Amino acid sequence: MSATVSSDSVAHVEYVLRIADSSLILGHRLSEWCGHGPVLEEDIALTNVALDLIGQARSLYTHAGALEGNGCDEDQFAFTRTESEFRNVTIVELPNGDYGFTIMRNFLFAAFQRELWGALQASAEVPLFEIARKSLTETRYHVQHASDWVIRLGDGTDESHARMQRALDTLWPYTAEFFSPSAIDDAAIGHAIGPAWSTLESGWLSAIRPVLDIATLLIPARTSFLSRGKEGRHSEHFEPLLREMQYLQRTHPNCIW
Amino acid sequence: MDRKEWPLWEVFIRSRNGLDHKHCGSVHAADPSMALKNARDVFTRRMEGVSVWVVRADDIVASDPDAKPEMFDPAEDKIYRHPTFYTLPDEVGHM
Repeated sequence: MSATVSSDSVAHVEYVLRIADSSLILGHRLSEWCGHGPVLEEDIALTNVALDLIGQARSLYTHAGALEGNGCDEDQFAFTRTESEFRNVTIVELPNGDYGFTIMRNFLFAAFQRELWGALQASAEVPLFEIARKSLTETRYHVQHASDWVIRLGDGTDESHARMQRALDTLWPYTAEFFSPSAIDDAAIGHAIGPAWSTLESGWLSAIRPVLDIATLLIPARTSFLSRGKEGRHSEHFEPLLREMQYLQRTHPNCIW
Repeated sequence: MDRKEWPLWEVFIRSRNGLDHKHCGSVHAADPSMALKNARDVFTRRMEGVSVWVVRADDIVASDPDAKPEMFDPAEDKIYRHPTFYTLPDEVGHM
């Protein structure tokens, strides 16, 4: 094996980490609902989603570690990297807000993930393709679960409708980041690893629009706002999240439990 | 604040094809589709099932626990209703 790392293989790992980190961080956020859900059934439903997401992240980290070849395992990726090394989209690190906000984010993100896993079915990279295939089933359910609630709450009482519209208005600008072009994507297409995320926008839009319509929610206009978590530039909410998530490994390095 | 509880649904799960649905618990839900999803989330987390039924608990007609004697006792001494008085050929094996 050559010791020099080409910029393409760095891009390759980053492409995988971007997906892994987004799953992990949303999984962590959802885990904060554990024991606090509005009803027992929803508490368990959200925890199931969280566990699915963390499972996706674990497989992807293991794959990223193999690509890198430096012996980095899933725990090291999750618990020892610093803020700017994380490549998750910013939307997943935002605080949970009320239940409607959490659901709206799950809806927007899961619908995006579904497009991504779908497109990764064409990946030339076998492990990535396998992970995408398994994750697609999970994500389909996440979309279904979130869609149900978006409709119930959006087309519910005046109060729930107002909250869901507010959640959509707040979250919408962050969805632009899903599709912002990047050099990482160019490298990924070059090696048939995965799609350029920008190509997923139209499929995503036509999937979410009917649900938002039934929910009587209005899609806001696009602005020039663009978050940059994919490049490692995160919101002010990310550092406290990492501090809590990484506390144990930071305090007791290499501990196993 | 008036917090009305969602109605109760009884959950039945078939663990494998060919087996019967078995009662395994209950969930609260506002309507049938929510009940089915809640049942899936609460009771099939460890691959317990391949099929789920939910039934509004109100819709189940149950025997009266106080009427036990007249409901169930009369069958007690009628052992001839059990098919245990036949000699089975060996080839049949366990039934």
